[in-house]
Amino acid sequence: MALMDKHAIIERNATLLLIGSLLVVTIGGIVEIAPLFYLQNTIEKVEGMRPYTPLELAGRNIYVREGCYVCHSQMIRPFRDEVERYGHYSLAAESMYDHPFQWGSKRTGPDLARVGERYSNEWHAQHLADPKSVVPESIMPSYAFLKSTPLQINDLSAHLTANAGVGVPYSQEMIDAAVEDAKTQSTPDADTTAFDARYPKAKSGDFDGDPQALTEMDALVAYLQMLGTLVDFKTYDETGGDR
Amino acid sequence: MRHATSIVGLGVFSFLAILAAAFAHDNAFANHMWVLAIVLVISVIVLLRRENFQRAAPVDPSAYMDGPVRYGVIATMFWAVVGLLVGVVVALQLTYPALNIEPWFNFGRMRPLHTSGVIFAFCGNALICTSLYVVQRTSRARLFGGDLAWFVFWGYQLFIVMAATGYLLGISESREYAEPEWYIDIWLTIVWVAYLVVFLGTIVKRKEPHIYVANWFYLAFIVTVAMLHLVNNLSMPVSFLGSKSYSAFSGVQDALTQWWYGHNAVGFFLTAGFLGMMYYFVPKQANRPVYSYRLSIIHFWALIFLYIWAGPHHLHFTALPDWAQTLGMVFSIMLWMPSWGGMINGLMTLSGAWDKLRTDPIIRMMVAAIAFYGMSTFEGPMMSIKTVNSLSHYTDWTIGHVHSGALGWNGLIAFAALYYMVPKLWARERLYSMRMVSWHLWLATLGIVVYAAVMWVSGIQQGLMWREHDEQGFLVYSFVESVAALHPYYLIRSLGGALFLSGALLMAFNITMTILGYQRDEAPIGGALPAPQPAE
Repeated sequence: MALMDKHAIIERNATLLLIGSLLVVTIGGIVEIAPLFYLQNTIEKVEGMRPYTPLELAGRNIYVREGCYVCHSQMIRPFRDEVERYGHYSLAAESMYDHPFQWGSKRTGPDLARVGERYSNEWHAQHLADPKSVVPESIMPSYAFLKSTPLQINDLSAHLTANAGVGVPYSQEMIDAAVEDAKTQSTPDADTTAFDARYPKAKSGDFDGDPQALTEMDALVAYLQMLGTLVDFKTYDETGGDR
Repeated sequence: MRHATSIVGLGVFSFLAILAAAFAHDNAFANHMWVLAIVLVISVIVLLRRENFQRAAPVDPSAYMDGPVRYGVIATMFWAVVGLLVGVVVALQLTYPALNIEPWFNFGRMRPLHTSGVIFAFCGNALICTSLYVVQRTSRARLFGGDLAWFVFWGYQLFIVMAATGYLLGISESREYAEPEWYIDIWLTIVWVAYLVVFLGTIVKRKEPHIYVANWFYLAFIVTVAMLHLVNNLSMPVSFLGSKSYSAFSGVQDALTQWWYGHNAVGFFLTAGFLGMMYYFVPKQANRPVYSYRLSIIHFWALIFLYIWAGPHHLHFTALPDWAQTLGMVFSIMLWMPSWGGMINGLMTLSGAWDKLRTDPIIRMMVAAIAFYGMSTFEGPMMSIKTVNSLSHYTDWTIGHVHSGALGWNGLIAFAALYYMVPKLWARERLYSMRMVSWHLWLATLGIVVYAAVMWVSGIQQGLMWREHDEQGFLVYSFVESVAALHPYYLIRSLGGALFLSGALLMAFNITMTILGYQRDEAPIGGALPAPQPAE
């Protein structure tokens, strides 16, 4: 076969082989990934999405740090059993501010995409500290140390700035007030007027059962309690989300 | 003063690491920089003690540079045992959660340690050391770049140590198989470019007119992994003295970028590179030429072209647009063909030498590896079919699939390559014991079969329990009932892993004894053809 004989040219030239392989392996990624950045219907139009509050973002970073994604997905598939068990199937819009995404790949534990507001703060704090005390069959490790670890908040503005740098719409006002907002959100009966205006529908209060201290447990529970609660599905047009 | 530059360089970097620890933005970064400083200071001390002031013997430019390869063999063996041991530990943590020790040794931090330990530490070292061995011999040229090969070896070990300690300290980007944070990623990029320079430079100065097929695969692996690593790890650090960074992409784009990377870590790290291994060591050990030159051309280009498209099958039925999912599924199914092209080319290389299966456990190990490669590259496309995936996704079936590929294909072919190289690298007549190789093969095979079979049962049961409805239309099982039901399978899975680990320990002993120069007094492996008897 003539074509096969021509292959000897590539076999004799390292540069050709290098460039040839590189070209061949770039095509698939370009065709599949690049359109996701400009096709308008990749991310559905929804009401209610907002960036994470500073406290929720700190909690999310703890979720990432502890590798929760290793056992918990945050992506409900459009199947009857999953919708019954976990709620409305997940939309792309719901993770539009997620750097990185936390869809997960394995369910050793249940999906958490809509775990927010399903359990009380007390339940979460208890469950994270000693999972078997509330779910006897659980094989989840204990995260009691979160309760005794103070949350580092002095650098929250820098975290919001980094997020703004990759496209999350944090305003300068939000960045400047980050530390204050974290304190406000974790203090029961605080004046939340300005905070609520910046982060509509964010829940504030004491999350870890210890109103005196702002701990990593506060942040993680605040994050878990908002998961899947932002999008208003009453105003969501299903047919418009067809992709 | 052979090590003068290294000592000064490492000394400066130790100092910088201590500075970074002092001015760190967060606790985790400070701790990590202390780890780095300690590692670097120890290296300086070791180098100072080994320094001698005699003029170094001139390097023979026609001889192969096997020092980094020998170190690579030992590192491969060491990390194999470590990675597998952590695997058994995490399997037991899922069986007995009391084995979690918070915060450093909780499952969520240990699991990346296991996956990176096996993929990057064990398989990565196997790839680097075999590729440097193969490229010299098939090019008839000494490694390009002098001591750069040593930099690649030690730089890669530093990457492993920093990644591993980072996970335990809670430093993770949460991108599966790309968990290390931004500063470790930058370091790996530097090491990887040096690796490309050494490898490509050796090919360029080859004395053979043709570039041997194994080197095509190694080269494609090095280049593609560089591309994947750079794009997938684009991120915005919070501070240049802090451990945390935020991915450049979000949500759906981030998910597909990650799985474009994730699947091709399998496709290029664990497949293309290992096919390079197969294309050199199988013909060598069997003493037969590669079965088909044309097949190798076709399946090389088809494999590297098609693999890149398969990523979206990790995101079936998610919020990824349907067109991308379908594209990913179609290409995954097509991928079956070039995968089996490689399997056929490897297996058929034994044409005319099949009798060696009776007498040579290393050949047996290679055949088993290629068979597992064929098995998992059939199972993979099947699981990428959306209907199958709707059941298998999120379950242990995926875990079983990964392990039949990683333990069966990557593990066995890498072990076989080590057994082939060690006597040659250390100029020993033969391995310490061939019978131990045989034992290793059977322990490993039994371990994989137990592991994969149990994960099939567990995964399918899990998937079926989740979707079971009763006559009234209610869900039958709560989630936690499915967790409780899997306990026995998790226990048996740990046993399968322990069997595989025991085989690797046997190998470590066998290879150590070979390097030390011992030979076990043992009867040769039987099975030679009986002498023909004249008819009465």
